[in-house]
Amino acid sequence: MATTLLSAGTRSRAQTSRAAFWALILRDATVIRKDLRLFILRTLIQPFLLSFVFLYVFPKIGQSVGGSSAEGQFATTLVAGVVGISIMFQGVQSVALNMAQEFGFTREIEDRVQAPCPIWLVALEKVISGALQGMVSAALVLPIASLVHARGVHASLTLHWWVLLTLVPLACLAMSSLGLVLGTSFEPRNIGLMFGFIILPITFLGGTYYDFNRLAPVQWGSWHWLQTLVLVNPLLYVNEGMRAAFTNIPHLHLYVIYPVLLAFVAGFLTLGLKNFSRRVLS
Amino acid sequence: MTTPVIETHELTKRYANSDLVAVDRLDLTVFEGEIFGLLGPNGAGKTTTAGMLTTRVVPTSGRASVAGIDVVADPARAKAVQGVVSQVNTLDRQLTVEENLYFHGRLFGMSARDARRDAATLLERFQLGRWARASVYALSGGMAQRLMVARAIMHRPTVLFLDEPTAGLDPQSRLALWEVLSELHREGQTILLTTHYMEEADQLCTRVAIMDHGRLLALDTPEGLKASTGIDTIVTVSASGDLERLAEHLADLDGASSARVIDSGVELHVSHRERVLATVIERADALGVEVHDVAVTSPTLETVFISLTGKELRD
Repeated sequence: MATTLLSAGTRSRAQTSRAAFWALILRDATVIRKDLRLFILRTLIQPFLLSFVFLYVFPKIGQSVGGSSAEGQFATTLVAGVVGISIMFQGVQSVALNMAQEFGFTREIEDRVQAPCPIWLVALEKVISGALQGMVSAALVLPIASLVHARGVHASLTLHWWVLLTLVPLACLAMSSLGLVLGTSFEPRNIGLMFGFIILPITFLGGTYYDFNRLAPVQWGSWHWLQTLVLVNPLLYVNEGMRAAFTNIPHLHLYVIYPVLLAFVAGFLTLGLKNFSRRVLS
Repeated sequence: MTTPVIETHELTKRYANSDLVAVDRLDLTVFEGEIFGLLGPNGAGKTTTAGMLTTRVVPTSGRASVAGIDVVADPARAKAVQGVVSQVNTLDRQLTVEENLYFHGRLFGMSARDARRDAATLLERFQLGRWARASVYALSGGMAQRLMVARAIMHRPTVLFLDEPTAGLDPQSRLALWEVLSELHREGQTILLTTHYMEEADQLCTRVAIMDHGRLLALDTPEGLKASTGIDTIVTVSASGDLERLAEHLADLDGASSARVIDSGVELHVSHRERVLATVIERADALGVEVHDVAVTSPTLETVFISLTGKELRD
C-alpha cells in the first residue's frame, strides 16, 4: 500500500471537498464514456422522431401544422423547441432517474454521501453533471433537428452567439435542477407517476410546438388564459430562449427569460438540496 | 490501547415519528487498535449509534467525535477519517470492480496513479483480482462484501465502521470476512462493528458493548462479560416429562443460579460444576423425568444477554 497519500484529515476542508467534487464529475464522465453510444442514441431518438414526423411525414402527406401559411415557420419554431425539450429530458433523465435508482433499489446513495464533503455538494455535483450532459445533448440535437425535413421545408436558423453561449448553459442548469427536485420528491417506486403528472404536461404545454406569441388567440372572453397558464412552466422559458438563440422569430423578451430562468435555478436548487438532505439524513 | 478514537457523551437519538428513544444517553469510548462490537437484538440502537458516528443520523442531543472531530459540527472532515461498510450492497453498479476502488480513492483525494496502484493491490489482497474488469453484478454476496471492505479501507481511515457485516452471508463467506477483519486488526486498524450474532462479537471483538432499547447494558471484553455473570457452566438437559418441575428442583441445587425450560429440556446455569451431572440425573430420576442427553458448555455472550435482560438475543 502507498505511503505517499496525504491523510485526508490533515488537508483543508476546501481542498478535500474540491477533490471529492472532481472525482464525482470524473466518475459520471467515465460512466457516460462507457455507454457513449447509448447516450447518443438516447439523446437523439426523440428529436429525430419529432423532426421526422412533423417536418418530414406531415409535409409529405399534406397535413399542415402551425397554420396554412408556412411550414418553414413551423420548422423554425420546432427546431428550437426540439433543442429545448432535449435539454429538459437530459436534465430529468441524468439527475432524476439516476437519483431514483440510487435512492431505490441500489442504495448507492448511502455510499456516495460518505464522500468527504458536505452532503449538498454531492447533490450539486449531480446537477452540474446533468447540466453538462444537457449541453452535449443540445450540441448533438441542433444539427439533427435542422437537417431532418422534407424537401421544401426549411428551418431558417440564425445563431445569436452571445445568447446561445449564455442561455444554453442556464437552460441546462434550470432543467437539471428541476431533475433534482423531481428525483428527490418522488419515491423511487412512484417514478412512473412523475412522467404522467409532471413531464407530460410540461412537455406539451412548454411551447415546444408553438411559440408563446401564437397562443394569444386562445382566450376566454378577453383573457388569454392559456398564455397565462403556461407562464408557470419552466420549459416555456427554455424553449423561448432557444428561439432567441437560434432563430429570428418572435419570442419572449430576453429581459424576461434570463431573470425567470435564474429564479427557477435558485428555487429548484433550494428545494432540491433541502429535499436531498432530508432524504439522506435522519 | 490508550488513544481514544471514538468518544460519545450522553449521545441520544429520538426519531420524530416515534415515542421510543432509539439511543439513550450513550457514553462510549473506543480506543485505537480495538475491534469494538456493539451487540444487541434488532432495535437495540446499534445501527442508529453507528449512523450518528458516520454522520448519517443527526443526534437529538449529546456529543460524538471520531478522531477528535465533532461529527455534528464538522461532518465533512469526520467522513474523511472514516471508512464505512453498510448493511446493504452500495457498490456503484455502473462501474467495474476495479473502478469502484479507483474512484473511491479519487473521491478521498488520491492521485490517479496512487488510486490505480492501490486498487490493484487491494484486489489481489482480497482475492478479487480476476474480477477486476467485471461488473459488480457478477459478484456473489461474499465477494461484494469483501469489495466493500476493500473500498472502505482504501483511503486508510482512522476508524472502519461495519454495520452487521455478515448478515445474510453464507457461513463460508462469514468465516472469510472474519479472517479479513482479524488481519486488519492485527495491522492496527481500529474497527467498530454492530452485530446481533453473539459468536461474531465473541470471536472477533476485543471489547463488546451490549445494548438493548437504546441503552448500554454492559461493556467489557467478551471474557470479562462472561465472567461477570458468575456462571461458569451451562448444563443442558434434554428430557421428557414434567420439565417445569425439573427446572424448579434443579434451580435449588447448590451453586445453581437459574434453571429454565427450553425447547425439549431444561437449561441450568451453575457456578460450581463439581458433581453437578450426577446430581442432575439423580433429581430427574427422583421426579420420574426421562433424561435423553446431558450437555455441558461454557457460558456465551448469549448467557450474558439473558442474565442482563431475561430474554434471548435472538428474540
